[in-house]
Amino acid sequence: MTEGGAGESGRLSAAYGRHGTAHTVASPVDIGDLGSSVTEEVVPDDVAPLTEQTRREARQIIARYPRPRSALLPMLHLVQSVQGYVSSAGVALCAEELNLTKAEVGAVVTFYTMFKRRPAGEYLVSVCTNTLCGFLGGEEIYAAVQEQLGVHHDQTTPDGRFTLEHAECLAACDYAPVVTVNYEFYDQQSVESTTALVDALRAGDRPAPTRGAPLCSFKETSREIAGFSEADRAATALAGPSVGEPSIAGLRLAAQRGERAPAAGTPGGAGKDA
Amino acid sequence: MPLTPVLSRRWNDPESWTLAAYERTDGYLALRKALTMQPDEITAVIKDSNLRGRGGAGFPTGMKWGFIPQAKPGETSGPGLKPKYLVVNADEGEPGTCRDLPQMMNDPHSMIEGIVIASFAIRAHLAVIYVRGEAVHALRRVRAAVDEAYAAGYLGNNVLMSGYHLEVVVHPGAGAYICGEETALLDSLEGYRGQPRLKPPFPAVSGLYSSPTVVNNVGTLASVPPILLNGADWWKQMGPEKSPGTSVYSVTGRVVRPGQYEAPMGTTLRELLEMCGGVREGYSLKFWTPGGSSTPLFTDEHLDVALDFEGVAAAGSMNGTSALMIFDDGDCIVRAVGRWIKFYAHESCGKCTPCREGNPWMVQILDRIERGQATEEEVDQLLDICDNILGRSFCAFGDGAVSPVLSSIQYFRQEYLDHLNLGGCPLDPELARDTALAGAGSPR
Repeated sequence: MTEGGAGESGRLSAAYGRHGTAHTVASPVDIGDLGSSVTEEVVPDDVAPLTEQTRREARQIIARYPRPRSALLPMLHLVQSVQGYVSSAGVALCAEELNLTKAEVGAVVTFYTMFKRRPAGEYLVSVCTNTLCGFLGGEEIYAAVQEQLGVHHDQTTPDGRFTLEHAECLAACDYAPVVTVNYEFYDQQSVESTTALVDALRAGDRPAPTRGAPLCSFKETSREIAGFSEADRAATALAGPSVGEPSIAGLRLAAQRGERAPAAGTPGGAGKDA
Repeated sequence: MPLTPVLSRRWNDPESWTLAAYERTDGYLALRKALTMQPDEITAVIKDSNLRGRGGAGFPTGMKWGFIPQAKPGETSGPGLKPKYLVVNADEGEPGTCRDLPQMMNDPHSMIEGIVIASFAIRAHLAVIYVRGEAVHALRRVRAAVDEAYAAGYLGNNVLMSGYHLEVVVHPGAGAYICGEETALLDSLEGYRGQPRLKPPFPAVSGLYSSPTVVNNVGTLASVPPILLNGADWWKQMGPEKSPGTSVYSVTGRVVRPGQYEAPMGTTLRELLEMCGGVREGYSLKFWTPGGSSTPLFTDEHLDVALDFEGVAAAGSMNGTSALMIFDDGDCIVRAVGRWIKFYAHESCGKCTPCREGNPWMVQILDRIERGQATEEEVDQLLDICDNILGRSFCAFGDGAVSPVLSSIQYFRQEYLDHLNLGGCPLDPELARDTALAGAGSPR
């Protein structure tokens, strides 16, 4: 390419009239990130062992389904809740309980993003960098947290407290840009709010999510996903907030305008309150 | 069009996720009515209502239920005697789509009531709700609601003393967008990698455990109780004849008040922008998705397209999930499409070659174009790769992935070329100042 001196650049830029955001931040997603990295398992010393209780609970999961193998995904969430990742011992336990080979279970584990192949931190920080969140600030947030924690995608800080990932769409686009910690929503984030959140977590606080249950550890969340909730937490967790302005923007406007769906049995159609 | 909250109407009620709150607002009245009807009568009402699936494809729900083979009197063998299943697709993950999570978090019983009615209509005795694994708050609300429904007799051995029995299992996914594709979802639910199955046979014939299965989306099922309670004609008062009812439009991105706006099908973006306060101050609409990232992009030429299944299709895109991601003239089209294709490359299940190989190739080309380090031939190469994915992939994922690429080149080819001429993004403020960058583009 030979054209494009100063004049060309200036003219074309001017033609667009305005300047966007986020263009100075390099793409957070490298092509190398696309496949899950498989590394040799180094079992850390402090990983909790899988116990008879784990097996009992695995069998409880199996009992939920007409066919045992359907239990595999929640069983993997369960072994992850004990060890903080899906270890080869976790794979073996699931294989034994379901009468599968370890290769069959391993093939499933590697398919799904939520199953971690190395011990995850106490907090899994997921920053949405899909197009919409990314444009609204997600890319800058991800870059800032990378720097703050000194780790990249799917890496854990040496102290074992934080795992960082850039996430795909988290189905909360109306709250963009979103960040989740252990899958609880922190909505409408900015570089400042997310780095402050990480600082608070580092200091031992657990700031409440915008929507979701009071924060617990990654292992505890994995246990909830597997379908086990501890009685002392269940009620508070359930009552955690779930509505912000975007969810009810339409409801508010409808109330303001006096608009509603037609009443049953009235032929008039949708309209205004009388 | 006026706003017409039906599915979203309870979302702001106090403790709206509880059975008590649901029962205060007509909860489970439709189920009581359903249990006095013959199963086929229920299916007939849903057929008559012309409810179309809310998961994206818009298939007529009543027709789908009607495909489930039922045993004829005296029959001793055949598909009608197999167990039947209802599987709920609650694996929301299409970029831009964000209405099923609030439905499950704020009004899970509306979906559960729909599940019982649908299961009764198709004679299923097991329903499984496949909830996206990351959606942990939705999972806990749905699980609690299922427990409440069992305790109150809406589920279990003898539903409201009718003799009908239904078990409901809540199943967590584990992070894979492709599991929103119904056959991949079924494989995942059976404990395998979530890879799509060849169709036919369709799930209605051979679905979960090779048995007849209906797969319905959350919003579809939540629409069933009000339709049954108020009648098919009530539903058809809203929206156009072929796509009646309401849609929860998720308006997101560069707008003043992003959020969920439930209005009749066929509402236009012009009307929705007026509701949400318009595009952010000082900017104007540039491109948008009518139904998530897998639906071809629209531009400011499409402000008056009726956003329903027929209207959007006639204008060259798809209604999808009514997920309107709005971008303005501060946003770079190449960068937007590049991020989406990275998503598709990451989420491709790898089963078929065009999708598995094509998407990463497109990522590399789009990345080079964004940095102004590509040639014009590579823009055409993108079209060529799309041609090799579209219609040649195993499932609709591949077709979805090419949507933003093809439509963006259709509407914004000049902006692609400007990147190449400039050696970078024309919207990049740094580039505008630092002209040394311009013309520096050479292939890596």
